[in-house]
Amino acid sequence: MSELTKRVPKQHIVGFIGSIVLTVLAAWTAVGSNLPVPWIITAIMVLAVIQAFIQLFMFMHMTETDSGKIQAGNMLYGFFIAVVIVAGSIWTMSFGYTHDHGGNSDTEQHEEHMDH
Amino acid sequence: MDLLNFLLEDFFVTGQPLIYGAMVSIVLVSFAIVFVLTYFKKWGWLWREWLTTVDHKKIGIMYIIAALAMLFRGGVDALMMRVQLTLPGMEFLDSQHYNEIFTTHGTIMIIFMAMPFLIGLMNYIVPLQIGARDVAFPFLNALSFWSFAFGALLFNISFVIGGSPDAGWTSYTPMAGANLNPGPAQNYYLMGLQVSGIGTLATGINFIVTILKMRAPGMHMMRMPIFTWSTLITSIIIVFAFPILTVALALMTIDRIFGSHFFTLTGEGMPMMWANLFWLWGHPEVYIVILPAFGIFSEIISTFARKQLFGYKAMVYSMVVIAALSFVVWVHHFFTMGAGGAVNSFFSITTMLIAVPTGVKIFNWLGTMYKGRIRFDTPMLWSLAFIPCFVIGGVTGVMLAMAAADYQYHNTYFLVAHFHYVLIAGTVFGCFAGLTYWYPKMFGHKLNEKIGKISFWFFVIGFNICFFPMYFLGLAGMPRRTYTIEPEWMPLNVTASIGAVLMAIGFVIFVYNIYYSFRYSKRETTGDAWDGRALEWATTTPVPFYNFATLPHIDGSEAFWRLKERGGSTYETDKLKPIHMPSDSGVPFIMMALMFVASFALVWEWITLAIVGLIGVIVCMVIRSFDYDDGFYVSVDEIKRTEEKAREGEQ
Ligand code: HEM
Ligand SMILES: [Cu+2]
Repeated sequence: MSELTKRVPKQHIVGFIGSIVLTVLAAWTAVGSNLPVPWIITAIMVLAVIQAFIQLFMFMHMTETDSGKIQAGNMLYGFFIAVVIVAGSIWTMSFGYTHDHGGNSDTEQHEEHMDH
Repeated sequence: MDLLNFLLEDFFVTGQPLIYGAMVSIVLVSFAIVFVLTYFKKWGWLWREWLTTVDHKKIGIMYIIAALAMLFRGGVDALMMRVQLTLPGMEFLDSQHYNEIFTTHGTIMIIFMAMPFLIGLMNYIVPLQIGARDVAFPFLNALSFWSFAFGALLFNISFVIGGSPDAGWTSYTPMAGANLNPGPAQNYYLMGLQVSGIGTLATGINFIVTILKMRAPGMHMMRMPIFTWSTLITSIIIVFAFPILTVALALMTIDRIFGSHFFTLTGEGMPMMWANLFWLWGHPEVYIVILPAFGIFSEIISTFARKQLFGYKAMVYSMVVIAALSFVVWVHHFFTMGAGGAVNSFFSITTMLIAVPTGVKIFNWLGTMYKGRIRFDTPMLWSLAFIPCFVIGGVTGVMLAMAAADYQYHNTYFLVAHFHYVLIAGTVFGCFAGLTYWYPKMFGHKLNEKIGKISFWFFVIGFNICFFPMYFLGLAGMPRRTYTIEPEWMPLNVTASIGAVLMAIGFVIFVYNIYYSFRYSKRETTGDAWDGRALEWATTTPVPFYNFATLPHIDGSEAFWRLKERGGSTYETDKLKPIHMPSDSGVPFIMMALMFVASFALVWEWITLAIVGLIGVIVCMVIRSFDYDDGFYVSVDEIKRTEEKAREGEQ
């Protein structure tokens, strides 16, 4: 115990400052910046993900138990799969599909593909 | 009167002579089983020893028996298709019946044959290989098995009750949707896979925890036998891939039964999203059924080449890479859907990349055999045959991976040849190899070598005669899932059908060998039938229910080899302590039986009965939650008696 109390909790301080900076940055992106909306959304998402990692590593001590490596690997892999499923599906499936039945060129393309 | 009408018109499948025959035989066999069990007073035995067991070894054996039965069913389907395709203008099966048969064939072979067979072998072998006394969650393990068994039952009764699904094992919407495919048939597919999927997911979790947490002292991860490694990686893929299938099946079920519009053509649905989700699970799935087989071949090749596995680390890392890559190639199953060039190119490249770690393994096996003193027992023969056949499958896979070329190959017999070359030469040879290899451990005697070799040659030669011509049929334009052939495709189709018959003969001989060996094979007196290297061979035969009386300390890879060298054993009398074991339970069986009732009701859209069944399932969960039975202890005396008896023959 004594060792722990003497040591400056560097991780916590870095994590704490990091979280605050990220939060302020996110707030500023949404309120103060004049970026276009898609950029704002992307920025907030990226910041949120970094934030999540700070929480996991610096506060929840994910890597510090004896199965830490396994936990970290598991989280990263899970994260990877989630991104693949969501982003991958959107990327591969967003072609020629539209629910706008106004008869524009997109719809035609859509019908063409249904023949296969 | 209404009821009778319903029974004759919708409930039972009528009007097909083949199916009447099947019904009669089902009834006869059921009666025979009930009669035998009653006559020999075996009901209690069945319940105590099998239906309620939580022993990983017995569960493994039940998995394997069920998988062999499913291989038979799927094989009969296959033979019927081959009959229909042998000559142009055959009228053995009409197109509807043909559609149903290729659907049940594909689904059964992958979901109810390949996976359970491998999971059965994992169940039996993995705890023994890592020095554990059971899996981490024995109750859950029993639950997994019964969910698979009842899922398989549900799927299999479809052809006599209500009609079989007919939209292919891939079940693409809108074909499989409620509009184009009304009635219960397609629901059988959805519910059968859903129910058995619960078990598969639970198995994945179970084995991850078992392997990470229950290894014998000193067995570091890098000292684990390679089959255990392959099981671990497979389990990880299962845990991440199966939820995708679960969700996709649920969405389609809601579409069909409650009229939502996820995959429908109308109402803003997106039919191709089904294909997308299906293959997001489906490609990892093909690795789920091949990695354990790779593990089996590695064990066998190392044992029979009498050498340590060459490139153990490369094997492990290549599997880790496969676990990641297998999730980023799925679009290669629908290059022709029409996504843009960027998408297709990306997935072309990832698909070719995944062939690299797979290729690495081939060199590992060759390296293991190099300068080995090879013994040619049956398990080794299967492994040797696997290598060239699988290479053919892999190389043609890379051909399919070129998106532009795939516009030609897609949905032709070229594809059919490819996946049979990987699935049969990989998974099925692997299952046969593994079963023959571990048979003496499981049943106390080897399978007869001579009969085993005859069955091997029939099967392997038949396999190549059956499937190699299909590559050329594909190039000649024969489409997949067609129920009649053109005259110019006849010669190669006749050849293929002859091959199929040879394979069937091989399978029958394999099964006959089980009977023959049971009667006549020499009984094993030691636990080490093949001069093995991994820890499973350290136990006696038959394996005591607690597996290891004492756990040896593991000080390197090939634990048993080292143990033999220093003369150690798993029975050190001075270290004996009472062993804690889990109690048997009837809850998994009953719970899944109720799940069966609920899903059967859902298939027929009888919502009230479905809810009643589900409530039953929940009641079982509650009962389990308040069950404070912590298992029991095996006394030192009993361990001594068991071990002394099992080790009598050894001296
Ligand atoms: C060497 C690595 C492999 C490559 C490059 C590869 C490539 C491909 C490609 C591109 C397709 C789609 C072809 C089309 O639909 O036109 C395909 C289909 C298929 N592959 Fe593979 N594959 C490989 C290994 C495997 C393995 C190991 C298995 C299973 C044990 C497997 C089982 C299947 C199945 C079942 C299908 C077809 C499914 C269907 O449409 O019904 N493949 N493969
Ligand atoms: Cu694939």
